[in-house]
Amino acid sequence: MTARARTVRRGGGAGGSALPRWVLVPAALGLLLFVLPLLGILSRVPWARFAALITSESALTALLLSLRTASVSTVLCVLLGVPMALVLARGHVPGTRVLRSVVLLPLVLPPVVGGLALLWVLGRRGLIGATLSVLGVEVGFTTAAVVLAQTFVSLPFLVLSLEGALLTAGDRYESVAATLGARPGRVLVRITVPLIAPGLLSGAVLAFARALGEFGATITFAGSLQGVTRTLPSAIYLQRETDPDAAAAMSLLLVVVAVVVVVAVRGRRSVL
Amino acid sequence: MRGRALVAGLAVALLAACGGGEDGPSAAGTSSAPAERTLTVFAAASLTATFTQLGTEFEAAHPGVRVRLNFAGSSDLATQIGEGAPADVFASANESTMAKVTGQSLTAGEPVDFATNVLEIATPPGNPAGITGFADLARPGVKVVVCAPQVPCGAATETVEEASGVTLSPVSEEPSVTDVLGKVTSGEADAGLVYVTDVRDAGDAVTGVEFPESSAAVNTYPVAALEDATDAGLAEEFVDFVTGPDGREVLQDAGFGTP
Repeated sequence: MTARARTVRRGGGAGGSALPRWVLVPAALGLLLFVLPLLGILSRVPWARFAALITSESALTALLLSLRTASVSTVLCVLLGVPMALVLARGHVPGTRVLRSVVLLPLVLPPVVGGLALLWVLGRRGLIGATLSVLGVEVGFTTAAVVLAQTFVSLPFLVLSLEGALLTAGDRYESVAATLGARPGRVLVRITVPLIAPGLLSGAVLAFARALGEFGATITFAGSLQGVTRTLPSAIYLQRETDPDAAAAMSLLLVVVAVVVVVAVRGRRSVL
Repeated sequence: MRGRALVAGLAVALLAACGGGEDGPSAAGTSSAPAERTLTVFAAASLTATFTQLGTEFEAAHPGVRVRLNFAGSSDLATQIGEGAPADVFASANESTMAKVTGQSLTAGEPVDFATNVLEIATPPGNPAGITGFADLARPGVKVVVCAPQVPCGAATETVEEASGVTLSPVSEEPSVTDVLGKVTSGEADAGLVYVTDVRDAGDAVTGVEFPESSAAVNTYPVAALEDATDAGLAEEFVDFVTGPDGREVLQDAGFGTP
Protein backbone atom coordinates (compact mmCIF):
# COMPACT_ATOMS: atom_id res chain seq x y z
CA MET A 1 0.00 0.00 0.00
CA THR A 2 2.59 2.53 1.12
CA ALA A 3 4.91 1.51 -1.66
CA ARG A 4 2.23 2.11 -4.24
CA ALA A 5 1.20 5.46 -2.74
CA ARG A 6 4.80 6.59 -2.88
CA THR A 7 5.09 5.59 -6.52
CA VAL A 8 2.04 7.66 -7.31
CA ARG A 9 3.48 10.69 -5.57
CA ARG A 10 6.85 10.24 -7.18
CA GLY A 11 5.23 9.99 -10.59
CA GLY A 12 3.17 13.10 -9.93
CA GLY A 13 6.19 15.02 -8.65
CA ALA A 14 8.18 14.23 -11.75
CA GLY A 15 5.36 15.77 -13.74
CA GLY A 16 5.31 12.66 -15.86
CA SER A 17 2.69 9.95 -15.62
CA ALA A 18 0.39 10.99 -12.80
CA LEU A 19 -2.61 8.72 -12.33
CA PRO A 20 -5.90 9.86 -13.77
CA ARG A 21 -8.21 10.82 -10.91
CA TRP A 22 -11.01 8.44 -11.90
CA VAL A 23 -8.79 5.51 -10.97
CA LEU A 24 -9.41 6.44 -7.36
CA VAL A 25 -13.13 5.65 -7.56
CA PRO A 26 -12.92 1.92 -8.41
CA ALA A 27 -9.86 1.68 -6.15
CA ALA A 28 -11.88 3.09 -3.25
CA LEU A 29 -14.78 0.75 -4.03
CA GLY A 30 -12.40 -2.19 -4.02
CA LEU A 31 -11.02 -1.08 -0.68
CA LEU A 32 -14.55 -0.84 0.71
CA LEU A 33 -15.06 -4.50 -0.20
CA PHE A 34 -12.32 -5.30 2.31
CA VAL A 35 -13.08 -2.69 4.93
CA LEU A 36 -16.83 -3.21 5.24
CA PRO A 37 -16.65 -6.93 6.13
CA LEU A 38 -13.99 -6.06 8.69
CA LEU A 39 -16.40 -3.54 10.18
CA GLY A 40 -19.01 -6.29 10.08
CA ILE A 41 -16.78 -8.49 12.25
CA LEU A 42 -16.07 -5.62 14.62
CA SER A 43 -19.78 -4.86 14.94
CA ARG A 44 -20.48 -8.40 16.13
CA VAL A 45 -17.63 -8.89 18.58
CA PRO A 46 -19.08 -9.11 22.09
CA TRP A 47 -16.57 -6.73 23.67
CA ALA A 48 -17.67 -7.43 27.26
CA ARG A 49 -16.75 -11.09 26.82
CA PHE A 50 -13.91 -10.49 24.35
CA ALA A 51 -10.97 -11.09 26.70
CA ALA A 52 -12.57 -14.20 28.17
CA LEU A 53 -13.45 -15.56 24.72
CA ILE A 54 -10.03 -15.21 23.12
CA THR A 55 -8.21 -16.53 26.18
CA SER A 56 -10.51 -19.55 26.52
CA GLU A 57 -8.69 -22.86 26.40
CA SER A 58 -10.24 -23.86 23.10
CA ALA A 59 -9.31 -20.56 21.41
CA LEU A 60 -5.74 -20.53 22.73
CA THR A 61 -5.12 -24.19 21.87
CA ALA A 62 -6.42 -23.56 18.36
CA LEU A 63 -4.35 -20.40 17.97
CA LEU A 64 -1.14 -22.12 19.09
CA LEU A 65 -1.80 -25.05 16.77
CA SER A 66 -2.43 -22.61 13.90
CA LEU A 67 0.77 -20.68 14.57
CA ARG A 68 2.80 -23.89 14.85
CA THR A 69 1.43 -25.54 11.72
CA ALA A 70 1.51 -22.34 9.64
CA SER A 71 5.17 -21.81 10.62
CA VAL A 72 6.14 -25.33 9.62
CA SER A 73 4.18 -24.99 6.37
CA THR A 74 5.97 -21.74 5.60
CA VAL A 75 9.37 -23.39 6.11
CA LEU A 76 8.28 -26.24 3.82
CA CYS A 77 7.04 -23.68 1.27
CA VAL A 78 10.45 -21.97 1.27
CA LEU A 79 12.37 -25.25 1.00
CA LEU A 80 10.23 -26.49 -1.89
CA GLY A 81 9.13 -23.20 -3.41
CA VAL A 82 12.50 -21.48 -3.93
CA PRO A 83 13.81 -24.28 -6.17
CA MET A 84 10.47 -24.39 -7.98
CA ALA A 85 10.57 -20.64 -8.66
CA LEU A 86 14.18 -20.91 -9.84
CA VAL A 87 13.29 -23.68 -12.26
CA LEU A 88 10.29 -21.74 -13.55
CA ALA A 89 12.15 -18.45 -14.00
CA ARG A 90 15.63 -19.62 -14.95
CA GLY A 91 15.52 -23.33 -15.61
CA HIS A 92 14.84 -23.11 -19.36
CA VAL A 93 13.16 -26.49 -19.03
CA PRO A 94 10.76 -27.55 -21.75
CA GLY A 95 7.12 -27.26 -20.73
CA THR A 96 7.63 -24.36 -18.32
CA ARG A 97 4.17 -23.04 -19.23
CA VAL A 98 2.53 -26.30 -18.31
CA LEU A 99 4.55 -26.41 -15.10
CA ARG A 100 3.36 -22.92 -14.21
CA SER A 101 -0.27 -23.95 -14.73
CA VAL A 102 0.26 -26.91 -12.43
CA VAL A 103 1.66 -24.59 -9.76
CA LEU A 104 -1.46 -22.44 -10.13
CA LEU A 105 -3.72 -25.43 -9.53
CA PRO A 106 -4.15 -25.00 -5.75
CA LEU A 107 -5.16 -21.37 -6.35
CA VAL A 108 -8.11 -22.32 -8.53
CA LEU A 109 -9.12 -25.55 -6.81
CA PRO A 110 -11.74 -25.11 -4.12
CA PRO A 111 -9.86 -25.89 -0.88
CA VAL A 112 -12.33 -28.67 -0.10
CA VAL A 113 -11.44 -30.36 -3.38
CA GLY A 114 -7.77 -29.86 -2.54
CA GLY A 115 -8.41 -31.69 0.72
CA LEU A 116 -10.24 -34.50 -1.05
CA ALA A 117 -7.44 -34.77 -3.60
CA LEU A 118 -4.89 -35.09 -0.80
CA LEU A 119 -7.12 -37.75 0.76
CA TRP A 120 -7.21 -39.66 -2.53
CA VAL A 121 -3.43 -39.68 -2.58
CA LEU A 122 -2.42 -39.96 1.07
CA GLY A 123 -5.57 -41.35 2.68
CA ARG A 124 -5.76 -44.94 3.86
CA ARG A 125 -7.12 -45.96 0.47
CA GLY A 126 -5.16 -43.35 -1.47
CA LEU A 127 -2.69 -43.90 -4.28
CA ILE A 128 0.28 -43.72 -1.90
CA GLY A 129 -1.54 -43.85 1.41
CA ALA A 130 -2.66 -47.45 0.92
CA THR A 131 0.98 -48.58 0.80
CA LEU A 132 1.95 -46.29 3.66
CA SER A 133 -0.92 -47.73 5.70
CA VAL A 134 0.44 -51.25 5.24
CA LEU A 135 3.80 -49.96 6.52
CA GLY A 136 2.00 -48.55 9.56
CA VAL A 137 2.11 -44.90 8.54
CA GLU A 138 -1.24 -43.10 8.46
CA VAL A 139 -1.34 -39.38 7.77
CA GLY A 140 -5.07 -38.77 8.26
CA PHE A 141 -6.19 -37.11 11.52
CA THR A 142 -2.63 -36.04 12.39
CA THR A 143 -1.04 -32.61 12.73
CA ALA A 144 1.17 -33.57 9.78
CA ALA A 145 -1.97 -33.72 7.65
CA VAL A 146 -2.79 -30.14 8.68
CA VAL A 147 0.71 -29.02 7.64
CA LEU A 148 0.40 -30.82 4.30
CA ALA A 149 -2.96 -29.23 3.58
CA GLN A 150 -1.62 -25.78 4.46
CA THR A 151 1.53 -26.26 2.38
CA PHE A 152 -0.59 -27.40 -0.56
CA VAL A 153 -2.65 -24.21 -0.59
CA SER A 154 0.18 -21.78 0.33
CA LEU A 155 2.96 -22.96 -1.96
CA PRO A 156 1.69 -21.16 -5.10
CA PHE A 157 1.80 -17.81 -3.29
CA LEU A 158 5.48 -18.23 -2.53
CA VAL A 159 6.43 -19.63 -5.92
CA LEU A 160 4.55 -16.98 -7.91
CA SER A 161 5.80 -13.96 -5.96
CA LEU A 162 9.34 -15.33 -6.05
CA GLU A 163 9.20 -16.06 -9.76
CA GLY A 164 8.02 -12.47 -10.27
CA ALA A 165 10.98 -11.21 -8.25
CA LEU A 166 13.38 -13.37 -10.25
CA LEU A 167 12.05 -12.16 -13.58
CA THR A 168 12.17 -8.52 -12.45
CA ALA A 169 15.72 -8.85 -11.12
CA GLY A 170 16.97 -10.34 -14.38
CA ASP A 171 20.18 -12.36 -14.55
CA ARG A 172 22.82 -9.73 -15.43
CA TYR A 173 24.77 -10.11 -12.18
CA GLU A 174 24.60 -13.87 -12.40
CA SER A 175 25.99 -13.77 -15.95
CA VAL A 176 28.84 -11.52 -14.87
CA ALA A 177 29.65 -13.77 -11.93
CA ALA A 178 29.59 -16.79 -14.19
CA THR A 179 31.97 -15.21 -16.71
CA LEU A 180 34.29 -14.43 -13.80
CA GLY A 181 34.36 -18.15 -13.08
CA ALA A 182 31.93 -18.57 -10.22
CA ARG A 183 30.27 -21.96 -10.16
CA PRO A 184 26.43 -22.16 -10.36
CA GLY A 185 26.05 -23.08 -6.67
CA ARG A 186 28.14 -20.11 -5.58
CA VAL A 187 26.25 -17.75 -7.93
CA LEU A 188 22.96 -18.94 -6.49
CA VAL A 189 23.96 -18.47 -2.86
CA ARG A 190 26.05 -15.28 -3.22
CA ILE A 191 24.14 -13.41 -5.93
CA THR A 192 20.66 -14.71 -6.67
CA VAL A 193 19.38 -15.36 -3.15
CA PRO A 194 20.48 -11.95 -1.74
CA LEU A 195 18.97 -10.25 -4.80
CA ILE A 196 15.59 -11.85 -4.37
CA ALA A 197 15.57 -11.76 -0.56
CA PRO A 198 12.83 -9.11 -0.39
CA GLY A 199 10.64 -11.09 -2.80
CA LEU A 200 11.31 -14.25 -0.83
CA LEU A 201 10.34 -12.54 2.40
CA SER A 202 7.10 -11.19 1.03
CA GLY A 203 6.30 -14.54 -0.58
CA ALA A 204 6.92 -16.30 2.71
CA VAL A 205 4.65 -13.83 4.54
CA LEU A 206 1.90 -14.38 1.99
CA ALA A 207 2.29 -18.14 2.31
CA PHE A 208 2.17 -17.91 6.10
CA ALA A 209 -0.97 -15.78 6.02
CA ARG A 210 -2.65 -18.18 3.61
CA ALA A 211 -1.67 -21.16 5.78
CA LEU A 212 -3.03 -19.42 8.87
CA GLY A 213 -6.42 -18.94 7.23
CA GLU A 214 -6.59 -22.39 5.63
CA PHE A 215 -9.77 -24.26 6.44
CA GLY A 216 -11.39 -26.26 3.65
CA ALA A 217 -8.53 -28.60 2.83
CA THR A 218 -7.73 -29.05 6.53
CA ILE A 219 -11.23 -30.07 7.57
CA THR A 220 -11.52 -32.46 4.63
CA PHE A 221 -8.10 -34.04 4.87
CA ALA A 222 -7.07 -33.77 8.53
CA GLY A 223 -10.31 -33.56 10.49
CA SER A 224 -10.92 -31.50 13.59
CA LEU A 225 -9.74 -32.46 17.06
CA GLN A 226 -8.71 -29.98 19.73
CA GLY A 227 -4.94 -29.68 20.05
CA VAL A 228 -4.26 -32.04 17.14
CA THR A 229 -6.00 -30.85 14.00
CA ARG A 230 -8.41 -28.12 15.09
CA THR A 231 -6.78 -24.92 13.85
CA LEU A 232 -8.24 -21.51 14.59
CA PRO A 233 -10.34 -21.39 11.38
CA SER A 234 -11.78 -24.83 12.22
CA ALA A 235 -12.51 -23.68 15.76
CA ILE A 236 -14.26 -20.57 14.42
CA TYR A 237 -16.35 -22.67 12.03
CA LEU A 238 -17.44 -24.88 14.92
CA GLN A 239 -17.99 -22.01 17.33
CA ARG A 240 -20.45 -20.31 15.01
CA GLU A 241 -22.80 -23.26 15.51
CA THR A 242 -23.52 -22.30 19.09
CA ASP A 243 -22.24 -18.75 19.50
CA PRO A 244 -21.70 -16.70 16.32
CA ASP A 245 -20.59 -13.69 18.39
CA ALA A 246 -17.81 -15.75 19.94
CA ALA A 247 -16.85 -16.81 16.42
CA ALA A 248 -16.58 -13.11 15.54
CA ALA A 249 -14.24 -12.56 18.51
CA MET A 250 -12.03 -15.47 17.40
CA SER A 251 -12.09 -14.20 13.81
CA LEU A 252 -10.84 -10.84 15.00
CA LEU A 253 -8.07 -12.64 16.87
CA LEU A 254 -7.08 -14.38 13.63
CA VAL A 255 -7.09 -11.11 11.69
CA VAL A 256 -5.00 -9.36 14.35
CA VAL A 257 -2.46 -12.19 14.49
CA ALA A 258 -2.12 -12.17 10.70
CA VAL A 259 -1.66 -8.39 10.60
CA VAL A 260 0.88 -8.47 13.43
CA VAL A 261 2.90 -11.15 11.66
CA VAL A 262 2.83 -9.33 8.33
CA VAL A 263 3.85 -6.01 9.91
CA ALA A 264 6.52 -7.60 12.12
CA VAL A 265 8.19 -9.42 9.23
CA ARG A 266 7.88 -6.81 6.55
CA GLY A 267 8.17 -3.86 8.89
CA ARG A 268 8.87 -0.60 7.15
CA ARG A 269 10.53 -2.30 4.22
CA SER A 270 8.03 -2.18 1.44
CA VAL A 271 8.86 -5.36 -0.32
CA LEU A 272 5.89 -5.98 -2.55
CA MET B 1 -2.14 -4.09 -25.14
CA ARG B 2 -2.53 -7.37 -23.34
CA GLY B 3 -3.15 -5.53 -20.09
CA ARG B 4 -5.90 -3.46 -21.64
CA ALA B 5 -7.56 -6.54 -23.09
CA LEU B 6 -7.47 -8.11 -19.65
CA VAL B 7 -9.08 -5.08 -18.04
CA ALA B 8 -11.76 -5.02 -20.72
CA GLY B 9 -12.37 -8.71 -20.22
CA LEU B 10 -12.70 -8.25 -16.48
CA ALA B 11 -15.11 -5.36 -16.96
CA VAL B 12 -17.28 -7.44 -19.26
CA ALA B 13 -17.23 -10.32 -16.81
CA LEU B 14 -18.18 -7.98 -13.97
CA LEU B 15 -21.03 -6.46 -15.96
CA ALA B 16 -22.27 -9.89 -16.91
CA ALA B 17 -22.14 -10.98 -13.28
CA CYS B 18 -23.99 -7.87 -12.09
CA GLY B 19 -26.51 -8.13 -14.91
CA GLY B 20 -27.12 -11.77 -14.08
CA GLY B 21 -27.68 -10.91 -10.45
CA GLU B 22 -30.29 -8.31 -11.34
CA ASP B 23 -31.88 -10.47 -13.97
CA GLY B 24 -32.54 -13.34 -11.62
CA PRO B 25 -35.26 -11.85 -9.42
CA SER B 26 -36.85 -9.71 -12.15
CA ALA B 27 -37.08 -12.68 -14.50
CA ALA B 28 -38.68 -14.66 -11.68
CA GLY B 29 -40.97 -11.70 -11.05
CA THR B 30 -42.26 -11.56 -14.61
CA SER B 31 -42.78 -15.30 -14.82
CA SER B 32 -44.69 -15.31 -11.52
CA ALA B 33 -47.68 -13.56 -13.07
CA PRO B 34 -50.68 -12.84 -10.80
CA ALA B 35 -51.55 -16.51 -10.16
CA GLU B 36 -47.99 -17.67 -9.38
CA ARG B 37 -46.85 -17.78 -5.79
CA THR B 38 -43.45 -18.70 -4.36
CA LEU B 39 -42.99 -20.48 -1.07
CA THR B 40 -39.52 -20.34 0.46
CA VAL B 41 -38.69 -23.23 2.77
CA PHE B 42 -35.57 -23.30 4.95
CA ALA B 43 -34.88 -26.90 5.94
CA ALA B 44 -32.13 -28.77 7.79
CA ALA B 45 -29.51 -30.34 5.53
CA SER B 46 -30.58 -33.84 6.63
CA LEU B 47 -33.98 -33.17 5.03
CA THR B 48 -32.53 -32.51 1.56
CA ALA B 49 -33.84 -35.65 -0.14
CA THR B 50 -37.23 -35.81 1.60
CA PHE B 51 -38.09 -32.11 1.34
CA THR B 52 -37.03 -31.97 -2.31
CA GLN B 53 -39.55 -34.73 -2.97
CA LEU B 54 -42.20 -33.11 -0.75
CA GLY B 55 -41.65 -29.77 -2.49
CA THR B 56 -42.29 -31.35 -5.89
CA GLU B 57 -45.41 -33.11 -4.60
CA PHE B 58 -46.66 -29.89 -3.01
CA GLU B 59 -46.16 -28.01 -6.28
CA ALA B 60 -48.09 -30.73 -8.12
CA ALA B 61 -50.97 -30.44 -5.65
CA HIS B 62 -50.96 -26.62 -5.75
CA PRO B 63 -50.80 -25.36 -9.35
CA GLY B 64 -49.14 -21.98 -9.63
CA VAL B 65 -47.07 -22.49 -6.50
CA ARG B 66 -43.28 -22.71 -6.74
CA VAL B 67 -41.42 -24.12 -3.74
CA ARG B 68 -37.93 -22.73 -3.24
CA LEU B 69 -35.83 -24.84 -0.91
CA ASN B 70 -32.79 -23.73 1.03
CA PHE B 71 -30.88 -26.49 2.80
CA ALA B 72 -28.13 -25.89 5.36
CA GLY B 73 -27.21 -26.72 8.94
CA SER B 74 -30.13 -25.89 11.23
CA SER B 75 -28.19 -23.33 13.26
CA ASP B 76 -27.00 -21.55 10.10
CA LEU B 77 -30.59 -21.34 8.92
CA ALA B 78 -31.77 -20.10 12.31
CA THR B 79 -29.08 -17.39 12.19
CA GLN B 80 -30.13 -16.40 8.66
CA ILE B 81 -33.79 -16.18 9.73
CA GLY B 82 -32.74 -14.10 12.73
CA GLU B 83 -30.89 -11.76 10.35
CA GLY B 84 -34.06 -11.27 8.32
CA ALA B 85 -33.63 -13.78 5.49
CA PRO B 86 -36.90 -14.07 3.53
CA ALA B 87 -38.24 -17.48 4.56
CA ASP B 88 -41.82 -18.72 4.86
CA VAL B 89 -41.30 -22.08 6.57
CA PHE B 90 -38.49 -23.39 8.78
CA ALA B 91 -37.87 -27.09 9.41
CA SER B 92 -35.16 -27.68 12.01
CA ALA B 93 -33.22 -30.85 12.82
CA ASN B 94 -33.70 -30.32 16.53
CA GLU B 95 -35.92 -28.58 19.03
CA SER B 96 -33.28 -26.33 20.59
CA THR B 97 -32.50 -24.64 17.25
CA MET B 98 -36.22 -24.10 16.63
CA ALA B 99 -36.42 -22.65 20.16
CA LYS B 100 -33.92 -19.95 19.10
CA VAL B 101 -36.31 -18.87 16.34
CA THR B 102 -39.46 -19.06 18.47
CA GLY B 103 -37.57 -17.21 21.22
CA GLN B 104 -37.27 -14.22 18.87
CA SER B 105 -41.02 -14.48 18.11
CA LEU B 106 -40.24 -15.22 14.47
CA THR B 107 -42.63 -18.16 14.09
CA ALA B 108 -46.34 -17.94 13.43
CA GLY B 109 -47.94 -20.34 15.88
CA GLU B 110 -46.43 -23.33 17.67
CA PRO B 111 -43.87 -25.49 15.82
CA VAL B 112 -45.11 -29.02 15.06
CA ASP B 113 -42.90 -32.08 15.55
CA PHE B 114 -42.96 -34.10 12.33
CA ALA B 115 -40.08 -36.60 12.43
CA THR B 116 -37.51 -38.25 14.67
CA ASN B 117 -34.05 -39.55 13.98
CA VAL B 118 -31.60 -41.65 15.97
CA LEU B 119 -27.88 -42.31 15.65
CA GLU B 120 -26.45 -45.28 13.82
CA ILE B 121 -22.88 -46.44 13.34
CA ALA B 122 -21.61 -46.05 9.80
CA THR B 123 -18.61 -48.11 8.72
CA PRO B 124 -16.82 -48.37 5.39
CA PRO B 125 -18.46 -50.98 3.11
CA GLY B 126 -18.08 -54.46 4.55
CA ASN B 127 -17.28 -53.12 8.03
CA PRO B 128 -13.54 -53.98 7.91
CA ALA B 129 -12.99 -53.24 11.61
CA GLY B 130 -15.77 -55.67 12.57
CA ILE B 131 -17.85 -53.24 14.63
CA THR B 132 -20.90 -54.98 16.12
CA GLY B 133 -22.12 -52.48 18.69
CA PHE B 134 -21.56 -49.16 20.44
CA ALA B 135 -19.02 -50.59 22.93
CA ASP B 136 -16.81 -51.71 20.03
CA LEU B 137 -16.22 -48.07 19.18
CA ALA B 138 -14.16 -47.70 22.36
CA ARG B 139 -11.83 -50.57 21.39
CA PRO B 140 -8.21 -49.43 21.15
CA GLY B 141 -7.02 -48.99 17.58
CA VAL B 142 -10.49 -48.30 16.20
CA LYS B 143 -10.53 -44.92 14.48
CA VAL B 144 -13.87 -43.34 15.34
CA VAL B 145 -15.12 -40.04 13.97
CA VAL B 146 -18.01 -38.19 15.62
CA CYS B 147 -19.74 -34.83 15.38
CA ALA B 148 -18.44 -32.11 17.69
CA PRO B 149 -20.60 -31.57 20.80
CA GLN B 150 -21.51 -28.09 19.48
CA VAL B 151 -23.64 -29.58 16.70
CA PRO B 152 -26.84 -31.62 17.26
CA CYS B 153 -25.42 -35.00 16.18
CA GLY B 154 -22.50 -34.45 18.55
CA ALA B 155 -24.81 -33.57 21.41
CA ALA B 156 -26.71 -36.79 20.71
CA THR B 157 -23.42 -38.71 20.71
CA GLU B 158 -22.56 -37.32 24.15
CA THR B 159 -25.99 -38.27 25.47
CA VAL B 160 -25.54 -41.86 24.24
CA GLU B 161 -22.06 -42.01 25.78
CA GLU B 162 -23.44 -40.92 29.15
CA ALA B 163 -26.41 -43.28 29.00
CA SER B 164 -24.31 -46.28 27.99
CA GLY B 165 -21.28 -45.56 30.15
CA VAL B 166 -19.02 -46.04 27.11
CA THR B 167 -16.50 -43.23 26.62
CA LEU B 168 -15.20 -42.71 23.09
CA SER B 169 -11.81 -41.30 22.11
CA PRO B 170 -12.58 -40.06 18.61
CA VAL B 171 -9.76 -39.20 16.19
CA SER B 172 -11.82 -36.26 14.99
CA GLU B 173 -14.84 -34.22 16.07
CA GLU B 174 -16.33 -32.96 12.82
CA PRO B 175 -18.50 -29.88 12.32
CA SER B 176 -21.27 -31.76 10.50
CA VAL B 177 -22.74 -35.18 9.77
CA THR B 178 -21.61 -34.83 6.16
CA ASP B 179 -18.00 -34.47 7.29
CA VAL B 180 -18.30 -37.58 9.48
CA LEU B 181 -19.79 -39.52 6.59
CA GLY B 182 -17.03 -38.29 4.28
CA LYS B 183 -14.35 -39.67 6.58
CA VAL B 184 -16.16 -43.03 6.68
CA THR B 185 -16.89 -43.39 2.96
CA SER B 186 -13.27 -42.52 2.14
CA GLY B 187 -12.17 -45.31 4.48
CA GLU B 188 -10.13 -42.86 6.59
CA ALA B 189 -12.13 -43.79 9.70
CA ASP B 190 -13.18 -47.27 10.85
CA ALA B 191 -16.52 -45.98 12.08
CA GLY B 192 -18.53 -42.81 12.44
CA LEU B 193 -21.67 -41.85 14.31
CA VAL B 194 -24.33 -40.43 12.01
CA TYR B 195 -28.12 -40.63 11.75
CA VAL B 196 -30.11 -43.64 10.57
CA THR B 197 -31.32 -41.55 7.63
CA ASP B 198 -27.76 -40.70 6.62
CA VAL B 199 -26.82 -44.38 6.52
CA ARG B 200 -29.86 -45.15 4.36
CA ASP B 201 -29.11 -42.15 2.15
CA ALA B 202 -25.48 -43.21 1.66
CA GLY B 203 -26.57 -46.55 0.19
CA ASP B 204 -23.69 -48.87 -0.68
CA ALA B 205 -21.06 -46.34 0.30
CA VAL B 206 -21.34 -47.38 3.95
CA THR B 207 -22.41 -50.34 6.04
CA GLY B 208 -24.70 -49.41 8.92
CA VAL B 209 -24.63 -50.95 12.38
CA GLU B 210 -27.67 -50.18 14.53
CA PHE B 211 -27.26 -50.21 18.31
CA PRO B 212 -29.90 -50.23 21.07
CA GLU B 213 -28.22 -47.45 23.09
CA SER B 214 -29.23 -44.99 20.33
CA SER B 215 -32.70 -44.73 21.91
CA ALA B 216 -31.15 -42.59 24.65
CA ALA B 217 -30.92 -39.69 22.21
CA VAL B 218 -33.91 -39.29 19.94
CA ASN B 219 -33.71 -36.19 17.79
CA THR B 220 -37.03 -34.52 17.10
CA TYR B 221 -37.59 -32.37 14.00
CA PRO B 222 -40.04 -29.45 14.36
CA VAL B 223 -41.46 -27.41 11.49
CA ALA B 224 -43.15 -24.00 11.70
CA ALA B 225 -44.60 -21.33 9.45
CA LEU B 226 -42.73 -18.07 9.98
CA GLU B 227 -44.15 -14.78 11.20
CA ASP B 228 -42.86 -12.83 8.19
CA ALA B 229 -44.15 -15.30 5.59
CA THR B 230 -45.23 -13.54 2.40
CA ASP B 231 -48.28 -15.83 2.21
CA ALA B 232 -49.23 -17.02 5.71
CA GLY B 233 -51.97 -19.34 4.42
CA LEU B 234 -49.66 -21.08 1.95
CA ALA B 235 -46.97 -21.50 4.60
CA GLU B 236 -49.51 -23.13 6.93
CA GLU B 237 -50.63 -25.43 4.11
CA PHE B 238 -47.06 -26.60 3.58
CA VAL B 239 -46.64 -27.31 7.31
CA ASP B 240 -49.90 -29.31 7.23
CA PHE B 241 -48.66 -31.17 4.16
CA VAL B 242 -45.36 -32.14 5.84
CA THR B 243 -47.05 -33.23 9.08
CA GLY B 244 -49.92 -34.96 7.21
CA PRO B 245 -50.07 -38.47 5.69
CA ASP B 246 -48.17 -37.55 2.49
CA GLY B 247 -45.29 -36.11 4.45
CA ARG B 248 -45.26 -39.03 6.87
CA GLU B 249 -44.96 -41.56 4.05
CA VAL B 250 -42.02 -39.81 2.38
CA LEU B 251 -40.24 -39.33 5.71
CA GLN B 252 -40.74 -42.94 6.79
CA ASP B 253 -39.37 -44.19 3.50
CA ALA B 254 -36.21 -42.22 4.19
CA GLY B 255 -35.81 -43.83 7.62
CA PHE B 256 -37.24 -41.09 9.83
CA GLY B 257 -39.30 -42.11 12.84
CA THR B 258 -42.69 -40.78 13.86
CA PRO B 259 -42.75 -38.40 16.83
